[in-house]
Amino acid sequence: MTADTVARAAATPDQPQPWAELGLSHDEYERIRTLLGRRPTSCELAMYSVMWSEHCSYKSSRVHLRRFADLPAETPVGKLLAGIGENAGVVDIGQGYAITFKIESHNHPSYVEPYQGAATGVGGIVRDILAMGARPVAIMDSLRFGPLDAPDTARVLPGVVAGVGGYGNCLGLPNIGGEVVFDVSYAGNPLVNALCIGVMRHEQLHLAKASGEGNRVILYGARTGGDGIGGVSVLASETFHDEGGPTKRPSVQVGDPFLEKLLIECTLELFAEGLVTGIQDLGGAGLSCATSELAGAGDGGMRIDLDAVPLRDSSLVPEEILMSESQERMMAVVEPVGVERFLQICGKWAVDAAVIGEVTGTGRLVVSWYGQRVVDVLPRTVASEGPIYERPYARPAAQDALGADRAEDLPRPTSGPELRASLLRLVGSPQLADRSWVTDQYDRYVRGNTVLAQPENAGVLRVDEDTGLGIAVATDGNAGFTALDPYAGTQLALAEAYRNVAVVGARPVAVTNCLNFGSPQDPGVMWQFERATAGLADGCRALGIPVTGGNVSFYNQTAQTPILPTPVVGVLGVLDDVTARVPSGFAVAGQLIHLLGNTHEELSGSVWAAVIHDHLGGSPPRVDLSGEQALAELLRHAGRDGLIAAAHDLSDGGLAQALVESCVRYGLGAQIRLPEELDPFIALFSESAGRVIVAVPPGAEVRFTDLCTARGLAHQVIGAVDVAGPDAALDILGQFTVPVQELRRVWTATLPAALM
Amino acid sequence: MARVVVDVMLKPEILDPQGKAVHDALPRLGFDGIASVRQGKRFELDVEGEVSQQRLEQLCELARTLLSNPVIEDFTVHVAPDTAR
Amino acid sequence: MRIGVVTFPGSLDDVDALRAVRLAAGEAVSLWHGDADLHAVDAVVLPGGFSYGDYLRCGAIARFAPVMGEVVVAAEQGLPVLGICNGFQILCESHLLPGALIRNDHRKFSCRDQRLRVERSTTAWTAAYEPGQQIVIPLKNGEGGYVADGTTLAMLEAEGRVVLRYVGGNPNGSVAAIAGISNARGNVVGVMPHPEHAVEELCGPSTDGLGFFTSVLARALAG
Repeated sequence: MTADTVARAAATPDQPQPWAELGLSHDEYERIRTLLGRRPTSCELAMYSVMWSEHCSYKSSRVHLRRFADLPAETPVGKLLAGIGENAGVVDIGQGYAITFKIESHNHPSYVEPYQGAATGVGGIVRDILAMGARPVAIMDSLRFGPLDAPDTARVLPGVVAGVGGYGNCLGLPNIGGEVVFDVSYAGNPLVNALCIGVMRHEQLHLAKASGEGNRVILYGARTGGDGIGGVSVLASETFHDEGGPTKRPSVQVGDPFLEKLLIECTLELFAEGLVTGIQDLGGAGLSCATSELAGAGDGGMRIDLDAVPLRDSSLVPEEILMSESQERMMAVVEPVGVERFLQICGKWAVDAAVIGEVTGTGRLVVSWYGQRVVDVLPRTVASEGPIYERPYARPAAQDALGADRAEDLPRPTSGPELRASLLRLVGSPQLADRSWVTDQYDRYVRGNTVLAQPENAGVLRVDEDTGLGIAVATDGNAGFTALDPYAGTQLALAEAYRNVAVVGARPVAVTNCLNFGSPQDPGVMWQFERATAGLADGCRALGIPVTGGNVSFYNQTAQTPILPTPVVGVLGVLDDVTARVPSGFAVAGQLIHLLGNTHEELSGSVWAAVIHDHLGGSPPRVDLSGEQALAELLRHAGRDGLIAAAHDLSDGGLAQALVESCVRYGLGAQIRLPEELDPFIALFSESAGRVIVAVPPGAEVRFTDLCTARGLAHQVIGAVDVAGPDAALDILGQFTVPVQELRRVWTATLPAALM
Repeated sequence: MARVVVDVMLKPEILDPQGKAVHDALPRLGFDGIASVRQGKRFELDVEGEVSQQRLEQLCELARTLLSNPVIEDFTVHVAPDTAR
Repeated sequence: MRIGVVTFPGSLDDVDALRAVRLAAGEAVSLWHGDADLHAVDAVVLPGGFSYGDYLRCGAIARFAPVMGEVVVAAEQGLPVLGICNGFQILCESHLLPGALIRNDHRKFSCRDQRLRVERSTTAWTAAYEPGQQIVIPLKNGEGGYVADGTTLAMLEAEGRVVLRYVGGNPNGSVAAIAGISNARGNVVGVMPHPEHAVEELCGPSTDGLGFFTSVLARALAG
């Protein structure tokens, strides 16, 4: 078998190469030639092209993401043990424990093949968390689809949900929350963002670097097949057409969650025995990424024998082996003395493993195939020193007109019956309807540490049974607000996730994010991106919490129309005593309901404007981060001291929706007297930020009120929880009454009716 | 090398929700006149050497004990014609 | 009192079952699928999960694990064995219990807090309940539809071997809303819902599941 070797490349400098088909620009190709001092071999060209892609290199976003790296590497409860640049950030949460968490997109694959795209998205983020040394303990999913009644949604949504569930359930990871959003801008471009949370002791932290000359490089997990290498076919056919090698490869990957479960248990046992000096998961760009990143972050070089890679398909050519995105694979750096034991443990878990190379002192990444040298590069030039672009950005001209088209000017309901009709339309709208058709397909109980899960404000987990330590995670994103004002909209997503974590009684400590945008070559999109990253960085600085990592997904568009800019923000919180968690539903009649925070006339970008008027325009609600901070502090103290029995964040759909969900949860009613100074419509449907409702037990009334007063937080009693039973009703005094049974019927009917 | 094929089907009296779902989709796609759909499993075993009667009986036993569950499934075993030597 | 919990490749709720045993004040013992030794346990739990990926049929490959040979022999001699979800599927595949579990009639995985009626409280695992008592514990599966032929069903009903029945709607198409059954002797019980997920106020919908584990412990003390 002959390959395009380094020697051959040096001898044939003028051989044409398909750099354009591989997505490289002419400048980029010339830069590779300069770096190497010759033309690249076809294997090298494959590696550079995939590692310098937007997906792997962040070449368009990196200049803006630096803002996150500039934030202090401190959380309110301790320092960051690992931050941006690692597989996932690691946060010290005290008592020797650390949490690692990260959210990542798998948007395009989920459109092409919904089940496998979503499933392998979950698998990929779980391996990222595992690679940090942690046991993965939970997942969340943030999903966005076109309109609920669109044919495309009927195709994509059930597959995506089954894929997230099928993979996560089989791994034994509870799914504890997330989002499902419908908007026309996601038709043909769904967003599938998956988040994974891992728990470790501090000393278990592992990093992705290859060090120690002579240490062995072991590839373990699934055998390598032709998954996800459609794009490299061009190379295989260029070089190998004369030998009849297969040229058609699938561009989708297929996941095997059972193998990933074994891989997790096997890897945790390898960690526990101290056998791993460096580790990296194989995701996008497969071996190209893992070898160049491990070697690039290390202090030496690396030598790899490609013919030692266990193959599922013996017809794969070296370019394809380097590019394959076969799932459920990990690469470890192991001291020679530990290799035998390493392979033994893999054998116990029936996981294939092979020594495929070693760490060298040359500083170079050298790959050979049956004795032929096919790659010889400086690993950092592949992995981390790719091109960086300062893409032009400009505020779109249409932005002014968009901002001037305010929802506050739209016709509103005025009478009680009109308000009632609006409320029911919102409750049953795809935007606000019950999500259990989706979430009931996810196991939320496995591992026995799930304290709160969907439909609660945030997912809450017990970290361990001895310390009582707990964590909370919420994800939020509001693309409508972000379209109106990317800076404020991103801060509103941050504020909402921060508030949701605080509402369950946790102290917010750290942020992960998934930035879903259109093409970076569109200056308007790039302006949205620049504003969004600035908003998130400034917001995190104001709140005193770091960004620990995340993911950027560009090119989310159908033809020339980009999706609404969709930054999804995940916030991690810590509960020192997880038994003090605060649920969302009204559970005890007679408890007084307090509204905390200020309500303004803010309807632009609201669910009301979208559902009733199909309208998006104006300015999003104002952001008050110090107010959010004060609210979070109050909720944490009140929760810890048992002063609140239930709490619900006010966001999509405003006070009306929060009341509905709090009533429907356990079937209790509520009597509400809207604040007199407010127009009832504003009081019910405005989406002003920084607000929550809480139910306060009678004995705690005085202490709770004193706490609000002492902290200078706007608060007022707006009613009381009413009885359960067939007569339970949400009674907006002086306006209208709706039986809770009717609310439940309307709220729960929408998704099952559309999806069957 | 010969290929032995084991087809496993749910017994007729057992509900097959997957087959039913496929059947329900047919009218939407414009395929008429299909009375029912049952979904099954096909196993392809590449057998070394010759497939004697005794070997075939062993494979039936394999199908009975592992590849199918006699409580809910029936199976058939046959040698793929173009592979028998 | 030592209660063993078997871990197969792909078992998921083994950690939960071990915790439930501890919370019921039993000694929890991990058993490994490849080890043909029950390590002198007084009872065995086959936990939920996707043993061997459930790729052939749920429980079909686990049945042939070395440990199962021991479990089958001991069960026939009266050792209490509880199969939960995938464990129930394994017990059916092993012919320790009659019938089989097939795909849910609605074809989706479903996770919910399920109301159930305890039909029989004379088994090794349900003595802590009153006959007819209603409990709420999590149900989560993709293939939880219980089926058996008419003769078997008639026998199960006649001999009072239906242990649990779904109440308030049939969640998966099980015949006669059967959620759990036992063998004739009452020492082997298979249930589709997950009692081990309802043993703590903090992390479950109720503590109604604890009775399964206290039942078998109380029986051992009495015996």
